[in-house]
Amino acid sequence: MIEAYVPILLFLLVAIGFAIFTLIVSSLIQSSRYNKVKLEPYECGIEPVTDARDRYSVRYYLIAMLFVIFDVETVFMFPWAVIMDELALFGLIEMLVFLFILVLGYVYAWRKGALEWA
Amino acid sequence: MAEAIAFYTLAVLILGLGVAVVTTPKTVHSVLFLVLNFLCVAILYVVLRAEFLAVIQVLVYAGGIVVLYLFVVMLVNLKRAPEAHEDPRRLARLGLGLSGAVLLELAGIVVYSYGRAAPSSAPAAPVEGIVGNTEELGWLLYTDYLIPFEVASVLLLVAMVGAIVLARRES
Repeated sequence: MIEAYVPILLFLLVAIGFAIFTLIVSSLIQSSRYNKVKLEPYECGIEPVTDARDRYSVRYYLIAMLFVIFDVETVFMFPWAVIMDELALFGLIEMLVFLFILVLGYVYAWRKGALEWA
Repeated sequence: MAEAIAFYTLAVLILGLGVAVVTTPKTVHSVLFLVLNFLCVAILYVVLRAEFLAVIQVLVYAGGIVVLYLFVVMLVNLKRAPEAHEDPRRLARLGLGLSGAVLLELAGIVVYSYGRAAPSSAPAAPVEGIVGNTEELGWLLYTDYLIPFEVASVLLLVAMVGAIVLARRES
C-alpha cells in the first residue's frame, strides 16, 4: 500500500535535488560583480518606486475568501460525484439542499457587489 | 516498522515547523513555514491511508487557506510597531490558559481511549463495489453524517457573508 508512494517520494527528491543542484552550480560559475542597478528587484522592467511591503486593498482578501469557500464546496461535491449511482435520488436531493444554501450566499455576494472589482 | 519511522519523522517535522511558525520574526516566512507544516500533515494522512484527506489537505490548506493568510499579512501594516499594551502580560496569561485547556483536552482523550481497542476500520460500506477510500468516505458523509454535511454549508454561508460584511466598502 504505502510502497505505491515510493515513486512520488523519488519525484520529490529529484525535484528538490534539481533546485539545490541548480543553485550550487550557478553560484560556482557565475560572475559576481554587482552594482546598484543589478541588485534592484526586477519586476517586468518597471522601476520600483516604493517599498514592496505596502498595504494591499481589502478586496484581494474578499476574493481569496470567496475562492476558498467555493473551493471547499467543490471538495464536498467530489466524493458525492464518485458514488452518485449508489446514493441515487436521496444523494441528489441532499446535494441540491447543500448547493441551495451556498447559492443563497452567492446571490448575496452578487447583490452586494462583492464580485465587482471597479 | 517503516510506518513507525515515517510517523516519528513526520511528527518531529510537524512540531518543529509549528515552532518555526510562531517564533520566526518575519510574518511572510512564518506563513511559508505553515505551508511546509501543512504538506507534512498531508504526508501523515497518506501514512494513515487517508488519501482523499491528503489531497484535500494539499489543495485546500496548502493551496487556498495559505493564500488567504498571505493576503491578511499584506493587508495589515507590519512596518508600524505594535502599540504597547497597557498590560503586556495579559497575552501571556491568555496563552497559558488556552494551552492549558488544550493540554487538559488531550489528557482527557488519552485517559478516555486508554485500554480501548481502536475501531479496526470504518464500517463496511453496505453497497457492493464500494472499495476505495474516497467512495467509503463519501458513503459515510452522505448517509450517516448527513446533518453535519448540511450544517457545513451553513458554516460556509456564514463565512461568506462575514467576509463580505467585513470587507465591503462603506458607501
